[in-house]
Amino acid sequence: MADPEIKSYEPHHESQSAAVTESRPVKAVLMAIALAFLAIFLLLPLIVVFHEALAKGVGAYTEALSSPDTRSAIRLTLLVAAISVPLNVVFGISAAWAIAKFEFKGKAFLTTLIDLPFSVSPVISGLVYVLLFGAQGLLGTWLKAHGIVILFAVPGIVLATIFVTFPFVARELIPLMQEQGNGDEEAALSLGASGWQAFWYVTLPNVKWGLLYGVLLCNARAMGEFGAVSVVSGHIRGLTNTMPLHVEILYNEYNAVGAFAVASLLAGLALVTLVLKTLLEMRYGAELAATRGH
Amino acid sequence: MTTAPAKAGWRFRQPSVIPGFGLTLGFSLAYLTLIILIPLSGLVWRSAALGWADFWAIAIDRRTLNALRISFGTAFLAAVVNVVFGTVVAWVLVRYRFPGRRIADAMVDLPFALPTAVAGIALTTLYAPNGWIGQLLMPLGIKVAYTPLGIVVALVFIGLPFVVRTVQPIMEEIDKEVEEAAATLGASRFQIITRVLFPGLAPAIITGFSLAFARGVGEYGSVIFIAGNLPFKSEIAPLLIVIRLEEYNYEAATAIAAIMLALSFLMLLVVNLVQTWSRKRYG
Repeated sequence: MADPEIKSYEPHHESQSAAVTESRPVKAVLMAIALAFLAIFLLLPLIVVFHEALAKGVGAYTEALSSPDTRSAIRLTLLVAAISVPLNVVFGISAAWAIAKFEFKGKAFLTTLIDLPFSVSPVISGLVYVLLFGAQGLLGTWLKAHGIVILFAVPGIVLATIFVTFPFVARELIPLMQEQGNGDEEAALSLGASGWQAFWYVTLPNVKWGLLYGVLLCNARAMGEFGAVSVVSGHIRGLTNTMPLHVEILYNEYNAVGAFAVASLLAGLALVTLVLKTLLEMRYGAELAATRGH
Repeated sequence: MTTAPAKAGWRFRQPSVIPGFGLTLGFSLAYLTLIILIPLSGLVWRSAALGWADFWAIAIDRRTLNALRISFGTAFLAAVVNVVFGTVVAWVLVRYRFPGRRIADAMVDLPFALPTAVAGIALTTLYAPNGWIGQLLMPLGIKVAYTPLGIVVALVFIGLPFVVRTVQPIMEEIDKEVEEAAATLGASRFQIITRVLFPGLAPAIITGFSLAFARGVGEYGSVIFIAGNLPFKSEIAPLLIVIRLEEYNYEAATAIAAIMLALSFLMLLVVNLVQTWSRKRYG
């Protein structure tokens, strides 16, 4: 790494900080390595998405986006996110209330279970529903007899999406609500508020930025999930194709402009997510600091 | 839960004036059980129903073994790359001030926000023989797209934020006075980094490594585009599960999934042990 000798030859005005920082050349090299790494691995892939999407001009781009299959993929993705995100928000708030406001046996174990979906491969997250609801699945025959369709249809896609986005809201709220303690709620209750009022007027305003942060990440993943959804969707064009799955189909058909046009919408969503996330961290950094992470 | 013994030493929960415990815990447990636990135990049940002989036959199938080796091997390599570069990136973001630092910092989260399929086709286009990076590597005889190296590239992309975001907050907490004290006592900068800073960062680096590794082992979307997906060469385990499912070979898909889950948990266990050891050693 650094040649430790260099710093003793630095001009005098630098010597004060030289002890606790790297010498100028080392600094420059480290910064060059870090920024080059970020540029190659993060920036270039992002640029190439928009470059390829617009490779044949704006006309081809808008045409690719206005095809009926693309339209229906966008609609399905929005629908799936609109169902799965609110459900996980309700779960996240409820789990955080139980875990952060009370002391009970098995709390640590419950917290571990909530994080479980993060350590399961997305493909396995889809597979478990195939094993449950598929034709050879545990409930397959019963479902068929009653005419209920879950797999290769919207319910299956929603379930797989809920599975992979399950922990996002809960894991933002739990540490935040633990940090804030019970004092505010106890004060509200002693002043005669009902439990709902204490939640609605005291707790919710206290955690709103953390909640928004969790929703943001949950939504990005819900709209972008590929592996789990791919296993349960059946890839029926115009019916069970979400945007990420549509990207795959177009790409495999060598329709690069089409694939990257849809991909550019998803990349735009990712950029909006990042901007909002950064703004939240800048303005409410102290409050979010406890929960900062992934 | 409903009737707690009045004076017993053991109680399920501490008393509290806050209402809603039964409702929120009940709902959370029901939702968790329905969405996560029942489906996952279905997988365990199905693989147990296979019987040992069938399970073993699938496990030692050459294609299965190769897929597992490729998944774990590439994820390991990618996690190593991310530990090295992720730590440098975190250091530069925490310690140095330069224009665009905030943007660079925000960019680190891109792999969390960018759908994996988008990352997959973008990386494949970049590293294909006629791509922006691929054509620079071609004269050097390095092929990335459609080779195992491509898998590593995709997993480096996916895993980077795990390392940076785990190491960064710990670096921010480092007290500069410790470094100053070491310097006044005559330590060189190199000694300070290896003897003073690194031990404090080691547990975070190990955590970041294991998170990136675990995510890489299971990753599917970004890999399948760039991998080439040749059986025995660049076919990852999650893809083999999908292939077996498409063949309606539920048994094989279940067995491979069960092996992957078991190996992942084993790995997390080992990482936890290493972490306890490093905490003891470096305090």
